[in-house]
Amino acid sequence: MSPSVPLQEMIRAIRSARTQCEERGVIQRECAAIRAQFRQSDNGGRSHNLAKLLYVHMLGYPAHFGQMECVRMIASPRYSEKRVGYLGAMMLLDEKQDASLLITNSIKNDLSHSNQYVQSLALCTLACMGSAEMCRDLAPEIDRLLRASNSYIKKKAALCAVHIVRKVQDLGELFTPAARSLLSEKNHGVLHGAVVLITELCEKNPETLERFRKTVPDLVQIMKGLAISGYSPEHDVAGISDPFLQVRILRLLRILGRNNEQASDAMNDLLAQVATNTDSTKTVGNAVLYETVLTVLDIKSESGLRVLAVNILGRFLLNNDRNIRYIAMTSLQKIVGSDHNAVQRHRGTIVDCLKDQDASVKRRALDLSLALVSATNIRSMMKELLLFLSSCPPELRAQAASGIFNAAERYAPSQRWHIDTILHVLTTAGGDVRDETVPNLIQLITNASELHCYTVHKLYRALLADISQQSLVQVACWCIGEYGDLLVRGECQEIEPVQVTEDDVLDALETVLQSHMSSPATRGFALTATMKLSTRITDNVDRIRSIVSIYGSCIDVELQQRAVEYNALFKKYDHMRAAVLERMPVIEKNSPRVIPMESPQGRPSRTSSQPKSSTESHWCPNHLLTSFSLPVCGVSQVCDLLDLLGGSEETLQPSPAVGGSAPGLPIHTASTAGGDLLDLLGGLEPAPIAPAPTVPVYEKEGVTLTLSCEKQSDSGLTVTLTASNSTDSDISSFTLQAAVPKSVQLHMKAPSGDFLPARGTANVTQMVVLNNPNKVVSVEAVPIRTASKSFFPLQVNLKMRIRISYTSQGSAFQDTVQIDSFPGFSAAIH
Amino acid sequence: MQFMLLFSRQGKLRLQKWYVPLSDKEKKKITRELVQTVLARKPKMCSFLEWRDLKIVYKRYASLYFCCAIEDQDNELITLEIIHRYVELLDKYFGSVCELDIIFNFEKAYFILDEFLLGGEAQETSKKNVLKAIEQADLLQ
Repeated sequence: MSPSVPLQEMIRAIRSARTQCEERGVIQRECAAIRAQFRQSDNGGRSHNLAKLLYVHMLGYPAHFGQMECVRMIASPRYSEKRVGYLGAMMLLDEKQDASLLITNSIKNDLSHSNQYVQSLALCTLACMGSAEMCRDLAPEIDRLLRASNSYIKKKAALCAVHIVRKVQDLGELFTPAARSLLSEKNHGVLHGAVVLITELCEKNPETLERFRKTVPDLVQIMKGLAISGYSPEHDVAGISDPFLQVRILRLLRILGRNNEQASDAMNDLLAQVATNTDSTKTVGNAVLYETVLTVLDIKSESGLRVLAVNILGRFLLNNDRNIRYIAMTSLQKIVGSDHNAVQRHRGTIVDCLKDQDASVKRRALDLSLALVSATNIRSMMKELLLFLSSCPPELRAQAASGIFNAAERYAPSQRWHIDTILHVLTTAGGDVRDETVPNLIQLITNASELHCYTVHKLYRALLADISQQSLVQVACWCIGEYGDLLVRGECQEIEPVQVTEDDVLDALETVLQSHMSSPATRGFALTATMKLSTRITDNVDRIRSIVSIYGSCIDVELQQRAVEYNALFKKYDHMRAAVLERMPVIEKNSPRVIPMESPQGRPSRTSSQPKSSTESHWCPNHLLTSFSLPVCGVSQVCDLLDLLGGSEETLQPSPAVGGSAPGLPIHTASTAGGDLLDLLGGLEPAPIAPAPTVPVYEKEGVTLTLSCEKQSDSGLTVTLTASNSTDSDISSFTLQAAVPKSVQLHMKAPSGDFLPARGTANVTQMVVLNNPNKVVSVEAVPIRTASKSFFPLQVNLKMRIRISYTSQGSAFQDTVQIDSFPGFSAAIH
Repeated sequence: MQFMLLFSRQGKLRLQKWYVPLSDKEKKKITRELVQTVLARKPKMCSFLEWRDLKIVYKRYASLYFCCAIEDQDNELITLEIIHRYVELLDKYFGSVCELDIIFNFEKAYFILDEFLLGGEAQETSKKNVLKAIEQADLLQ
């Protein structure tokens, strides 16, 4: 065939242009010439012109003025012009262009052309860019061609029908009968087209799927002919007979056998044969095996066959060809949920693939490895994963880090291991971890109370080494702030002892504060930590004072505000400082906002105001602090707070469940969180509250009983009785009994104990839950109610009678006391 | 198959066949990004990559990259075979094909492709038949 000289000359001219500008010049000239030629009437070079234009279009230049020329050329009687015309249509016209509709008629005519090559052009173009409109118009034609006698046309018509069905699903009905009959063809091209068409019909319409299930035996027969017995030199590829057709048939079998026992049974033998007999030395064979495996795993195959399939995948994993390994991992990923144990057997190979050079393979290996982590292999897997993290490509870092965290959380063999793992991740990939990591880690650390010393030492060392990883620095600062005393004391058994002085610690925190690398949030952490240390260390409080006052004029508003408040804490409220900066309590998991108001027994309970979460989070990046719903008072009411805090000192209990001793030192109280109270000092919405005080209700012979109330609900009330013994001798068998009016329900919880040691070193607490469905009120409430409209029917005054019995110095004592007024109850109503 | 691109090591497009309707602008964008991604791959790397929500299968023959975008359910390994078959057809037709043949006879490359693939699927699995059909069609010109 003679080459298109004008076309080749132009191409040469364009290629010889040395600069982009020169090229543009050449192309502009050529385009002008082409346009002129288009306007002229028919000359012999029309197809060459259009070809030139198409070349220019491929280089990226605009060629829309050629669209009409395409339409004209398609209508031409000359084959060469039609050919280029249709090519142009496929390149320049897509269904979005209006001009595409203009060729519908031409296509229709050409579909019935006497020359099969013209028909072929029309079919090809329709299948490539036919719009839904065009498809609807021409579908009957295609159906007719499907039944033609010419294989060359039939195979093309079948694929054209596939395109039509994709565009207009309803037309599937039209092609179903013809498709069915095509399966009996011998011509591979037609057969291939038929299988693709049937696949498409079945995927789109479940009813059609049902109908085509009957063809499974036929398909099995065809496959057998290809895979096992037939040798056709024409279709042979490296010893496999027509792999393209085999793969398509396998895929159709997959769709037909899915969720259907009968169909799956019918193909079982065939699949087993193909799986065992196919030569897997070349890619071709592996392509067929791959499709077989996918089919086996997707249908209801018997277990032996399934095992065979997984083994094939296992073999793929060991293949030298990287592509095959990648394919294997993709498939294993699909079945790791259902056939977990089978996949576990190949864990070693998969983990090795983590070290592969290729990023796609690494990604697959990472996904699979994370899916294979279990309680038994967690330690070894984590070693591999951490190794991977240190050398993995940046786009996989975030995924790897979060995967490691999840795995660690689910299967951590010990808390120390868990903390170590998280620290390792933070040091290697701290920049890529998610934001919740910091609070999660802090929560984890507080929960592992025996490891505080170890943790703070490790974090301190990590901080010294590198302050660029923000998450790590934030956690480190927080820990140093909390457990700085443990750090300075330096008595941790788990790591080599290192002498850390208070100055060292403050140096470290100051470095973080001053560094350019620290984000504003991190500096906030560092400043708060410095402040907390003022109660944990003894010598350098002045240094802390000066640091804090410097930041009082910092440009960053957040830091400045904090510093100003901390300053105030030093100057005006120094007496409160210790209580404000106490240790944080153990934080409950999964409920950072719902920490119950676990007021220790006897503590004055407060009515809970709404958690001011938005303002809290503004103040503290550590979201955990937001949960403590403390009442907000104006600055003027600070003295009240002091009383409350001071009062709390004697009657503290760590938690309601644990009764027993609470020596004067407040430890892990649920009362204060440094950040929170400081917010109070910041003077947010002032809301006057009358906190319910603890009231002594009985005092005799050195035994004191105090009472406090807490309103739980509209009709529920919890009364907490605390007993203490101020005599010189111990009291044992201390019990309380209570009685209330008939309409009130009473439930006594188990007392914290029955032993009251001498001199008030420990208390006994008894919680009594009252349910007041009739809303009986206490006497105190009456005067208030007369002023306002009464909502509660005044029936009976709420009273409680308590009998106290105990043994002291060998003799038994018993006494009764009646409680008529419940302080705080009245406040609790409102 | 959604589309097939052929491009040189310098990123110059030599053939583009689109089987999905996209605007010119979108096609240009996809081409640019994909060419960049594929050219950035090192020689021994995997032939498959995930790009947007498509699977990309590519293979390099001499100075040309053959790149196909297939759907989720399509078999990657057989797509490699399809690419190989196309190269074989070009080779048979042009006689020891090289990039220049495809540059100067791009419309023929398209015609051959259109005899092998239709609507994104293989239409003829016999090499002989495809070449015969091209030959016959050429005679009509």
